[in-house]
Amino acid sequence: MDLVVQLLLVLISVTVVNNFVLTKFLGTCPYIGVSRQVGMAFGMGCAVTFVTTLSGTMCWLIHHEVLAPLNMPYLKGISFIMVIAAMVQLVEMYLKKFFRALYEAFGIYLPLITTNCVVLGVCLFVVDVWKYAFLPGVAASFGAGLGFTLAICIMAGIRENLEWADLPAALRGAPITLITAGILTLAFMGFSGMIK
Amino acid sequence: MTEAANNQGAGLAQFVRGLWEESPVFRQLIGMCPTLAVTAQMKPALTMGGAVIFVLVCSNVAVSLMRKLVQAHQRLLMFTLTIAAFVTVADYLLQAFLPEMSEKLGPYVPLIIVNCIIIGRAEACASRSGLWVSFWDGLGQGVGFTLGLAALATIREVLADGAWFGMRVLPAGFEKWNVMKLPAGAFLTLGILLGLSNHFLKKK
Repeated sequence: MDLVVQLLLVLISVTVVNNFVLTKFLGTCPYIGVSRQVGMAFGMGCAVTFVTTLSGTMCWLIHHEVLAPLNMPYLKGISFIMVIAAMVQLVEMYLKKFFRALYEAFGIYLPLITTNCVVLGVCLFVVDVWKYAFLPGVAASFGAGLGFTLAICIMAGIRENLEWADLPAALRGAPITLITAGILTLAFMGFSGMIK
Repeated sequence: MTEAANNQGAGLAQFVRGLWEESPVFRQLIGMCPTLAVTAQMKPALTMGGAVIFVLVCSNVAVSLMRKLVQAHQRLLMFTLTIAAFVTVADYLLQAFLPEMSEKLGPYVPLIIVNCIIIGRAEACASRSGLWVSFWDGLGQGVGFTLGLAALATIREVLADGAWFGMRVLPAGFEKWNVMKLPAGAFLTLGILLGLSNHFLKKK
């Protein structure tokens, strides 16, 4: 029972309180780039969640079962990025086979998940900073993807309505998106301190 | 001889282009994660800038050297691995010589691996230009990136702490803007800076 409570706390903490996009700035590029429509943002979020969960788990295993016993922490960066690239390839192949329309809608952004900072970020944070055990680590990896989905969907919803707003020309596009993100971050700060 | 001079000119032009015309922070909007994350104060921002310059120059040179050896379909993998290797070097150098900063930047240093600027330059410039041009391109983009970071960090540190590089610049009565230290301040500052640069500087 304790374990379940702990896992839930980790999940909520990573998804809402320490949201990767809004408090750690990881994954800002797709957050600004792919957040034009809610449908696409949601699809992107699902793909990212899938990749973070798998690669977070794999990276934890590689770090604790291979790199740490062999005393080779310097290979961390290189091996993590390889794992992530492989996982993204997997998602790409899967989508191409079973969700052709979604695959074509993503275009270049799909292989770019490899360089999405959320993915490498969650691997590094789980292993280095938070030093979670295995199951909380998996929960945190899943939560990071979930948090990314949450943030990018909210942003897409706002931006769909922003299309109709009468903005000064200089603020159109990226600047107003960043300012919106700033205000959204202020809102999410209401959660801070809820869980360590 | 003239060819060498030409080459030198092209390299310098590439360097200057990185400073503003193709500035990663203000114009291309890439590599935003570190731009936002480490700019609460000047010192970490400049350390980050230095690390990025090092990695960018090294990876551009390495990619340019191997551009004829690498097959098209494996190139992204090769580039990423090259970058990861140099980032590891930079990370360990920082840990050895600037342990305090390394502690402060934490996972953001290894995260340079997925910084879009570096893979972007490898793909856009180094994989199709010679050694000299690639070198100057890396340096120009790196310095342009650092300038962007410094601009953001200056505004945030002065408003949040009334200080610059940890030295007090505003009178003691100044009411500190705490929001600037927080993530929200980073998004707002960059958004407003971009808006201003669009308004005043964009070529018509």
